[in-house]
Amino acid sequence: MSGIAVRVRRIRRKGVGLGLVAWLAGIVFFLPIAWMALTSFHSEEDAATNPPSFGAALTLDGYREFFGTGGGASPWPSLINSTVASVSSTLLVLLLALPAAYALSIRRVRKWTDVLFFFLSTKMLPVVAGLLPIYLFAKNAGMLDNIWLLVILYTSMNLPIAVWMMQSFLAEVPVAVIEAARVDGARLPTVLTRVIAPMALPGIAATALICFIFSWNELLFARVLTGVVAETAPVFLTGFITSQGLFLAKVCAASLVISLPVLAAGFAAQDKLVQGLSLGAVK
Amino acid sequence: MTATTTAPVAAPSVRTDNREPSARLRAWATRAPLLPALIFMIVVTQLPFVATLVISFFDWNSLYPDARHFTGVDNYRQVLTDTDLRNSVWTTILLTVTVVLVSLVLGLVLALLLDRRFKGRGVVRTLLIAPFLVVPVAAALLWKHVLYNPEYGLLNGLLHYVGGPQPDWISGTPLLAVEASLVWQWTPFMMLIILAGLQSRDPQQIEAAKVDGASDWQIFRHLTLPHLRRYLELGALLGSIYIVQNFDAVFTITSGGLGTANLPYTVYQSFYQAHENGLASAAGVLVVIGSIIIATFALRVVSSLFREEVNRG
Repeated sequence: MSGIAVRVRRIRRKGVGLGLVAWLAGIVFFLPIAWMALTSFHSEEDAATNPPSFGAALTLDGYREFFGTGGGASPWPSLINSTVASVSSTLLVLLLALPAAYALSIRRVRKWTDVLFFFLSTKMLPVVAGLLPIYLFAKNAGMLDNIWLLVILYTSMNLPIAVWMMQSFLAEVPVAVIEAARVDGARLPTVLTRVIAPMALPGIAATALICFIFSWNELLFARVLTGVVAETAPVFLTGFITSQGLFLAKVCAASLVISLPVLAAGFAAQDKLVQGLSLGAVK
Repeated sequence: MTATTTAPVAAPSVRTDNREPSARLRAWATRAPLLPALIFMIVVTQLPFVATLVISFFDWNSLYPDARHFTGVDNYRQVLTDTDLRNSVWTTILLTVTVVLVSLVLGLVLALLLDRRFKGRGVVRTLLIAPFLVVPVAAALLWKHVLYNPEYGLLNGLLHYVGGPQPDWISGTPLLAVEASLVWQWTPFMMLIILAGLQSRDPQQIEAAKVDGASDWQIFRHLTLPHLRRYLELGALLGSIYIVQNFDAVFTITSGGLGTANLPYTVYQSFYQAHENGLASAAGVLVVIGSIIIATFALRVVSSLFREEVNRG
């Protein structure tokens, strides 16, 4: 009896120990972000000390600098551009992916798995493979520095992910439920809005959030295809690549503000994140 | 590359369509919702690649558009013999393999740690996911300026406390500096996939093994690891696909200098700065060939997981 008690205690102690290791790992991984947040509230002088000044006075100067009230370019146009590009492309993705997912899950076309894998394989085509022709096309069509070109490209970037995710969410709607609604005389629009939509809505929302994240993060297309007018937030950030004297607090404020939408969307979609990132292969 | 895995979907079905117009109509009605997405993808992703392929056989510098002419495989010969470009192929491989392997191992360890009950597990999970949710350029800036800076970066600041050396991380070990920042961002991705794998294990099987007196290590070695194999493969392959294409970290941390230029950066540079359209296209096609090799394996893994899912459902 005491043997069991000892063993239980040992297991419990091991559990606590490994729990501590997990906590430590979490803190180590989060440390750069925590430090970034803290530095963004320090003055530039306090941000650039060695050893680091953990307890320095807090100030909003970094944010004031970033938002351009202290001189320098305002980030607002780029934030607005990123919002337009991400939100519009996400809406366009949903518009195209929902019917496609319907035809791949509920009323299936023949060879529907081949179609799914076609979508997936486009995702494996590197962006750089098509970059030059797209650039040349944009130049000749006068679409360089035009945010709507990015909307189209981001849509193509996210459509395969969305089709995969949504077909897996729609496939979870039981056929029997749809059949029952049909038998009760419900027509297709009713079935779509009253039966399928409520069940698939959490999945659709997660899909939208993940598409939003990828569009918001994108740099290569935006860097090559936009300039002054259509510059997005990541392109704005590339302005901080070369050091400009004491500017750590400003860099931290900028990085944090521009990452906030992604952090928010990511945590909102946390449960479905893996499914989206693995293109629906893992649930 | 898509041709390797798919058959055209909209091909008219060979059944008795000709005799039954209503059946044919119905088949098209079923296909109709799919077509906008399919056509959109073909136009936006496949056509540009075909154009890249064509351009790659031309000697074409956009500063001298009149001198454009067909050169056959000359660009490829040049890409493969040019030391800079060959180095960038090597850098791409080194960067991808290192980042994927290290983040995979770290991700496995973290997933195993998270797969057990302890106080604040949800909080730790959130802390661990956070690096993946920082905008890549912002993450690269954070590492470059805030952590690596030799004078007042956090790393040297912490080393200062223990009286350690004060290295110049980016100049001293440029590739390692880029890799570390990517490992930090990609470990959460691997962790999430492996965690999903761990949670899809059959609890009864593990319980049975425990009752039979199997040790934790034996259970891990003979039950968990075989089950995780495909999730590890999936993480490695998806990670490779994303990291082969990495541009943000290389562009931000080293601007492709100090021997860190990978293929995507080289492609970007050779047409955006050097205006060598033909060379850039040839390099782009090489990236695609590399990706196809990885993707063939990736598609196989995804399809085996997918089939399992379909059969279960």
